[in-house]
Amino acid sequence: MKRHSVFAVVREALRQNRGWPKHWESPAPRASYDTVIVGAGGHGLATAYYLGRNHGITDVAVIDKGWLGGGNTGRNTTIIRSNYLQDASAAIYEKSRALYETLSQELNFNLMFSPRGVMMLAQTEHERRGYLRTERANALQGVETRFIDAAEVRRLAPIINIDGPRYPVLGALWQPRGGTARHDAVAWGYARACSDMGMHVIQNCAVTGIRSEAGRVTGIATERGEIACRRLGLVVAGHSGVLAGMAGFRLPVESVALQALVSEPVKPCLDVVIMANTVHGYISQSDKGEMVIGGGADGYNNYTQRGSFHHIEETVRALIETFPMLSRLRMLRQWGGIVDMTGDRSPILSKTPLEGCFVNCGWGTGGFKAIPGSGWAMAELMARGSSPLAEGFSLNRFREGRFIDESVAAGVAH
Amino acid sequence: MLILTCPHCGVAAEETEFAPGGQAHLQRHGPGSSDDAFEAYMFLRDNPRGVHFERWRHAYGCGKWFIAARCTVTLEVFATYPAQCLEPPPEAVAAIRARRPDWQPAGGDAASGKEPA
Ligand SMILES: Cc1cc2nc3c(=O)[nH]c(=O)nc-3n(C[C@H](O)[C@H](O)[C@H](O)COP(=O)(O)OP(=O)(O)OC[C@H]3O[C@@H](n4cnc5c(N)ncnc54)[C@H](O)[C@@H]3O)c2cc1C
Ligand SMILES: [Zn+2]
Repeated sequence: MKRHSVFAVVREALRQNRGWPKHWESPAPRASYDTVIVGAGGHGLATAYYLGRNHGITDVAVIDKGWLGGGNTGRNTTIIRSNYLQDASAAIYEKSRALYETLSQELNFNLMFSPRGVMMLAQTEHERRGYLRTERANALQGVETRFIDAAEVRRLAPIINIDGPRYPVLGALWQPRGGTARHDAVAWGYARACSDMGMHVIQNCAVTGIRSEAGRVTGIATERGEIACRRLGLVVAGHSGVLAGMAGFRLPVESVALQALVSEPVKPCLDVVIMANTVHGYISQSDKGEMVIGGGADGYNNYTQRGSFHHIEETVRALIETFPMLSRLRMLRQWGGIVDMTGDRSPILSKTPLEGCFVNCGWGTGGFKAIPGSGWAMAELMARGSSPLAEGFSLNRFREGRFIDESVAAGVAH
Repeated sequence: MLILTCPHCGVAAEETEFAPGGQAHLQRHGPGSSDDAFEAYMFLRDNPRGVHFERWRHAYGCGKWFIAARCTVTLEVFATYPAQCLEPPPEAVAAIRARRPDWQPAGGDAASGKEPA
């Protein structure tokens, strides 16, 4: 693999960028692998990467029905933070955030990780108290966050209308090392590193069936033929129910549409990420100058990757109260992704009733931030049979009443 | 955007007039049931890419609950019927069959392209 460096950039600039090599191979699938990962989104690719990097397992194929990062990984608003309330969440999200800090260097691929700071506005007394509680919890968990007052919010984000008529800003939970990264680059960077370790990253090849014998997984059926494997990881986000159906079990997951939109580009006016959970909207400004806006999820099962117009209206209506300058911006694009929601709004990293088959799903509206940590934990789970980071997130927790309840803590798409 | 027809008052309206209520035809399991049955009732859900049965309430209309049989891929609504029905009535099944000849009434999983193991 040719390494990226400042010298490579200069060299290619001088020869019209004709010398860049392919970032990953596109091989034909083999008849068998030790381990197959279904889904080449961020979580599937990161799982494969850490299987190789941390556990020396490289006889691996990552198979996707579409193109790399064509699922939620390439459709999200890229907020990265780890200020969760519950210990199990804080552990895996903070591991993930910490890995993002040096991931560009490790993968030798610019992920444009930008720890610009994330603030979650408190706009009701209830929310203020909730965030004070999270601040204390984060201090115990070793996650750096701070509750800041309205004056500091105004200093960090001058475009906010602090004394909004309905929802004045009372303060915010501030995570200075939260931020954003470039979503496609995360998928591409991991794919490049996987390919470099000799793994197969196979696109445009839908998995259509799961084969098993005596309760143990033996392989999969795909559009490009049968593939045998000893271990199988299902990492398909919104399509988890469909794949679980093929494997013969059900999941506590429902798939709904979540949308986002971006405005026309404007001059730099917002250099932090802001989430306004009471009014259901969040916003950041991309490096191109577009305001990147997200809101709540639709309330019913849906695979259309579009979403309903009235949700956009709600989100934008709420945001212009807090950011009046937005009212004059034209919106450029809108899109949707199919997110996998669990009852407690926490993910599932788990063994399944089918031996040798593991599942990683349920990241719902907030799994981009978790990609490195989730891949790390999932790889350990698949290689060793257990992982401290994944422990709380097993399928059994529903049956046993050990929820990791972030729905109360966050109460919003994130 | 879904367009639903309330089977109680006959009004056809956009989804904003209704409130979604999750998977329909769940059989309640309470005290005395096995752990498996309770887990399935409480947490496990059909999540088909295709025909799905779902509870809705005519929140800004007559206020009553009903069930919609619809497609999660195309947003086509095949039929709506009162929430008192314990299973899809024959007219609803016929309406689904007319549009999805391969559909199996065994439940959402079968409709999601599950292959015989
Ligand atoms: C609008 C929106 C905004 C969001 N904002 C944020 C945010 O700000 N911060 C944050 O942390 N998270 C956010 N998220 C959530 C985040 O995008 C997801 O949790 C995360 O990207 C999930 O990654 P994944 O790898 O699990 O899934 P995906 O990227 O969806 O990958 C799953 C892959 O599985 C493939 N697949 C499905 N079925 C099959 C099959 N039968 N055979 C083969 N392949 C198959 C799909 O093609 C897909 O590529 C947002 C999501 C959306 C939709
Ligand atoms: Zn009605």
